[in-house]
Amino acid sequence: MSEIVLKVEKASKRFGGLQALNDVGLEIMSGEVYGLIGPNGAGKTTFFNVITGLYEPDSGSFSLSSKPYRPSAVHRVAQAGIARTFQNIRLFADMTALENVMVGQHCRTKSSIWGAMLRTRGFKREERQIEIRAHELLDYVGIGDLADSRAKTLSYGDQRRLEIARALATNPKLLALDEPAAGMNATEKATLRELIDRIRKDGKAVLLIEHDVKLVMGLCDRVTVLDYGRVIAQGTPDVVQRDPKVIEAYLGANHEATESGAKK
Amino acid sequence: MKKIIFVVFLLLLPLALQQVGNFWVRTLDMALLYVLLAIGLNIVVGYAGLLDLGYVAFFAVGAYLYALLASPHLTETFAWIAMMFPNGLHLSLWLVIPLAVVVAGFFGILLGAPTLRLRGDYLAIVTLGFGEIIRVFLNNLDHPANITNGPKGLGQIDSVRFLGLDIGKKLDLGFVEFSSVTLYYYLFLSLVVLAIVISHRLADSRVGRAWMAIREDEIAAKAMGINTRNLKLLAFGMGATFGGVSGALFASFQGFISPESFSLMESVMIVAMVVLGGIGHLPGVVLGAILLAVLPEGLRWFSSIVDLQQITGGRLDASILRQLLIALAMIGIMLARPKGLWPSPERGKSLQNKPVAAKSGAAA
Repeated sequence: MSEIVLKVEKASKRFGGLQALNDVGLEIMSGEVYGLIGPNGAGKTTFFNVITGLYEPDSGSFSLSSKPYRPSAVHRVAQAGIARTFQNIRLFADMTALENVMVGQHCRTKSSIWGAMLRTRGFKREERQIEIRAHELLDYVGIGDLADSRAKTLSYGDQRRLEIARALATNPKLLALDEPAAGMNATEKATLRELIDRIRKDGKAVLLIEHDVKLVMGLCDRVTVLDYGRVIAQGTPDVVQRDPKVIEAYLGANHEATESGAKK
Repeated sequence: MKKIIFVVFLLLLPLALQQVGNFWVRTLDMALLYVLLAIGLNIVVGYAGLLDLGYVAFFAVGAYLYALLASPHLTETFAWIAMMFPNGLHLSLWLVIPLAVVVAGFFGILLGAPTLRLRGDYLAIVTLGFGEIIRVFLNNLDHPANITNGPKGLGQIDSVRFLGLDIGKKLDLGFVEFSSVTLYYYLFLSLVVLAIVISHRLADSRVGRAWMAIREDEIAAKAMGINTRNLKLLAFGMGATFGGVSGALFASFQGFISPESFSLMESVMIVAMVVLGGIGHLPGVVLGAILLAVLPEGLRWFSSIVDLQQITGGRLDASILRQLLIALAMIGIMLARPKGLWPSPERGKSLQNKPVAAKSGAAA
């Protein structure tokens, strides 16, 4: 039974004279991978930053699992249930992989400094649970054996996976991935794809911003294409990639004849 | 076994040193106060990554708090206070310490609040300014109402009483004699141990991890649902409490304080202790504090023995050499060990401490 996880209506954001987002709306269901694509400067990352609270939108309505939320502060959005990764990986570099994932559980745990100083029974129990859960998540993304390595010493692909594990640790309803495949080689992309597939099967909603059209088309259930801050196409990958407006946006006008080129 | 030897060594150390002279025990006492300060600053700088160059302000707050509440100054200056306390104000240190925790913590949050949006160099400059503001206040609050007695400072501060025992006087047990500084040593040592335990427990907790996350990457920390504003304020507050306690102890130990003791140079030295020892790593911080507190006194002693002034025909005196050598030592250490003398280990903790518990837990 899938339900609407994220619903955005008429989101707009202006930077000075640039209308970065213009009435953008979309709905993401649970158990679905939703792709957000578009040429450079189309507003993908702006949209991403708006729904995660990094930029305050000028207008628009937002709801998460039918509960309206105001994306005004990043930490509140995380608490509400959207976890994100970053285009240029932002791990806690000097902390171990395990500690990174433990930090991820911050907003789902509650022990205070008093508990920490007095080492109360509740504190110890919670710490143990946090650690167990962190190990589980590291195993889940496939880097369980690297738990005690510092995040900065991990390979590029492993850092990406650690970031996903850390995001999952916040127990999100929606996992938002900002270009997770950027800079990955073919093998790493394949494992990433498997991982996202598994997250979808576990019933989470995934929002994917990606340049790699092949990955998006192969993985996503539905796709929204942005251009100049507007939605120009929305639907299943098959439909979207045959849409003339999409082809035009990617290849410029008068390229209808080379439609097959756009599929690449 | 090693631990027991170490504890016995720590306990016997002042007894041995007081045979040589109380001067050395006194140096040790001061070193312990600096350890307390460094541990406190380490919470702010080492864990949360907020460079605070005005930390000595909290030391001053604690010191003045105790000096005002346990010296004749207030009752002599204000008739209405003298009326309320006909026997003079002599609050026990054990009451002042919790009070210092609260007041210094409050000041920590107060000074932290306006700096929340600042980072790195900018934060350092603003905190440096705050440190100076407190000192200037202390210097000038002698009129219109004489609260701090200005640059003349506050004297006749009560020494510590502990279970009816006045630590300000020496204690003769017959077979062994504890001088006053030795008794203070034990008091300070026990508080340092307490501070280490608290600091270590904080680091290894949900809050401590959140602090370190903020240090590593503030935006990513926010994206994990961490309320960075509250946690930064908490770090400022927690760090300040250690400074406040250390200050109260300092006032009772010295018996006299003046704004001079709380100059910018002190803040810089405390930061140097943390950085030199190994930022964010408790044993390193303690080592750094002891080293930088004892080294100047050691050099002073050394240059007095060799009678430096005579050798160099008056061109070099002890205090100049001291500063020169300290500066050289610091540069040398930072060149050789840029992460500090005793930085945190490269490997994670759970691999060393509890692999069994972690693995069995994950399986369950």
